[in-house]
Amino acid sequence: MNDDVQEKKATSRTALAFGITALASIGLAVTYARGGQEQIEGALLAVALGGLGFGFVQVAKHLLPQGPYVEGRETLPSSDEDQAAFAADFERGEGWLSRRGFLLKMLGLAAGAIGIAALFPIRSLGPNPGQALFRTRWRRRSLVVDEQGEPVGVDTLSVGGALTVFPEGHVDVENSQTILIRLSRDDVVTRPGRESWGPQGYVGFSKVCTHAGCPVGLYQQQFKRLLCPCHQSTFSVPDGAKPVFGPATRSLPQLPLMVDEDGMLRAQSDYTEPVGPGFWDRDT
Amino acid sequence: MIVKRLVRWFDERLGAARFVRTALNKVFPDHWSFMLGELALYCFAILILTGVYLTFFFTPGTKKVVYHGSYAPLKGVSMSQAYESVLRISFDVRAGLVMRQIHHWAALIFVGAIIAHLMRVFFTGAFRRPRELNWMIGVTLLLLAIANGFTGYSLPDDQLSGTGLRIAYSVVISVPVVGVWTAFLIFGGAFPGNEVLTRFFVIHILIVPVAIAVLLTAHLAILVRQKHTQYRGAGRKERNVVGARLWPTFTAKTLGLFFFVFAACAALGGLAQINPVWIWGPFQPAAVSAGSQPDWYVGWLEGSLRLLPGWEVRVFGHEVPNPFFSGVLLPGITFMLLYAWPFLEGRFTKENREEHHLLDRPRDRPLRTAVGVGALAFYAVLFVAGGNDVLASRFNVSVNLITNILRVSLFVVPVAAGIFTYRVCKELAARSPTAGEPEAPPGADVVVRTREGGYVDVEEPAGTP
Repeated sequence: MNDDVQEKKATSRTALAFGITALASIGLAVTYARGGQEQIEGALLAVALGGLGFGFVQVAKHLLPQGPYVEGRETLPSSDEDQAAFAADFERGEGWLSRRGFLLKMLGLAAGAIGIAALFPIRSLGPNPGQALFRTRWRRRSLVVDEQGEPVGVDTLSVGGALTVFPEGHVDVENSQTILIRLSRDDVVTRPGRESWGPQGYVGFSKVCTHAGCPVGLYQQQFKRLLCPCHQSTFSVPDGAKPVFGPATRSLPQLPLMVDEDGMLRAQSDYTEPVGPGFWDRDT
Repeated sequence: MIVKRLVRWFDERLGAARFVRTALNKVFPDHWSFMLGELALYCFAILILTGVYLTFFFTPGTKKVVYHGSYAPLKGVSMSQAYESVLRISFDVRAGLVMRQIHHWAALIFVGAIIAHLMRVFFTGAFRRPRELNWMIGVTLLLLAIANGFTGYSLPDDQLSGTGLRIAYSVVISVPVVGVWTAFLIFGGAFPGNEVLTRFFVIHILIVPVAIAVLLTAHLAILVRQKHTQYRGAGRKERNVVGARLWPTFTAKTLGLFFFVFAACAALGGLAQINPVWIWGPFQPAAVSAGSQPDWYVGWLEGSLRLLPGWEVRVFGHEVPNPFFSGVLLPGITFMLLYAWPFLEGRFTKENREEHHLLDRPRDRPLRTAVGVGALAFYAVLFVAGGNDVLASRFNVSVNLITNILRVSLFVVPVAAGIFTYRVCKELAARSPTAGEPEAPPGADVVVRTREGGYVDVEEPAGTP
């Protein structure tokens, strides 16, 4: 096949491709005008753009000069004289600084001072962390409510059940989310010192994972384990939500619970340690 | 003729005819692997085009509103303005969904193209002197692309993006000494924070794109100044560039590539659903679903968070939490090594005393190739680990088993892949007759057959005035 024939073929292929682009574009406009439909829009746009792409590649491959062309490549560095001249020009007039050492020091002082002053507005970006990571919204006698704000009583869960709860008035507050589990009908003691924390088998643990803060949402009733769906940290509930697998290093903090005179669940106090992932000053 | 008159009009005012002519005649070497960087460039262009469109409809607010749009299952649900506006873009703005999906697909391809381009540059030794600066700019561009991907992913305020932000917040507070303050300044308080969406919006649509545009310009300017590298071959020398001229052949070809990339993104954006936020639902802090996965380029970090066993370190009574090692230290070391590689290798090979414009074949550099493949294997294992729960449910084994297998694989697979690569390289190099072929001697010319059937010698600096 000689070049002429090939060129003719490439020309007609290109013309066809550009024609398809024009048709698809009209289709695109019609689709849009008639209310739009994303699958058709995407497909037609792809056809329209693909036509242009195909056409241009045909032009580049068959209708334009192919070369190869050769271009020389000069060495990058300038001559030693040019480099020296540049350095000399750059350094001209620097005597005002180098001759007077104290001026250099004052300039350094001024630059440092204005630099630090310019950093201060960054402080406006956020509040002082203060106690924010150490406290939640749970207080002494906070009523335990579910995600709809309904109070939770001793009969709400059967043994083996689990429920996400919040302190009354603070539903959906991230650091106060608590997973309430009923382990048995009798009081449950997960650790020494927590004798009164699990009345009638109810235990509450912070639902904020101690690894990276995801909600520890999956309760495996059969193994009495809590699993974090993000990074698979696994916590053994009867042992005080001690981590048994995965990247978490610390137990989920336990919420001291009590049953009030009306049979409703309440908190004895806030959590006794910071909830959620670790941080530098956590234990201070 | 019109061209002549236009040239005259502009040249009388700018006097640039000679300079622009040199630019038009600039020669670019031709190889499919040189298109990977262009691919990334065009993805960036598509991201700007579709992204600007999306900004006309998106509201980065955290104020709660009740949904009254046309997506029935969420009617009457309380949600943030941000999430509501993404639903509006998806269901009530004509061409909104296709633009959003093209934008998301282009972002995934953008980072992929940058990484593929980086691999090409690495395995062919194109980062060697004089290109160390451009290598470092390129690594910075990768960093910025990932950062912009993550901030964009966070904006819709759906369940998945909220989970991603929660993890990012935990990683930031894990940094010793300054972590908690830094997180509070970024988020405007404890998680979820009321400011983070507005700030990420500004970062996503202004700060990082401008930084990318500036560095991209520098990247290309340095490329033009230094001229492109080329593979070894007949007539190709350290002191020349063989290929197609910028105008018109290269321009037509690269325009064709641009339209093909755009066409592929449009096809994906129209036909392949991506990030259907209306299924995830608005972000609720107490909810999360199993199988939560980030966009692919964050998968290696997700994997490292999942694989690291429950270790933490105590320093003078302070805590250095577990996510610091997997979420800060690992990516920190990764990018430090990337930045330092040209200098590390140069110190080792002493090759940085002269310029290199001819590319290596990976087989001729078995050690570098083996190190590169080993590193890729390392990050591939981390990436797979980012989906360990998906693997566990797909193959019906416990996630603990999968995790333990991957923990071992993280060290075994890269070493094995490295050794295997090294041996394959040695074998290939020994077998290939052109291995270590010396450059063509000075004065050796290239003879090319023309369209008319004649033979011409192309050694003279073609076309340049």
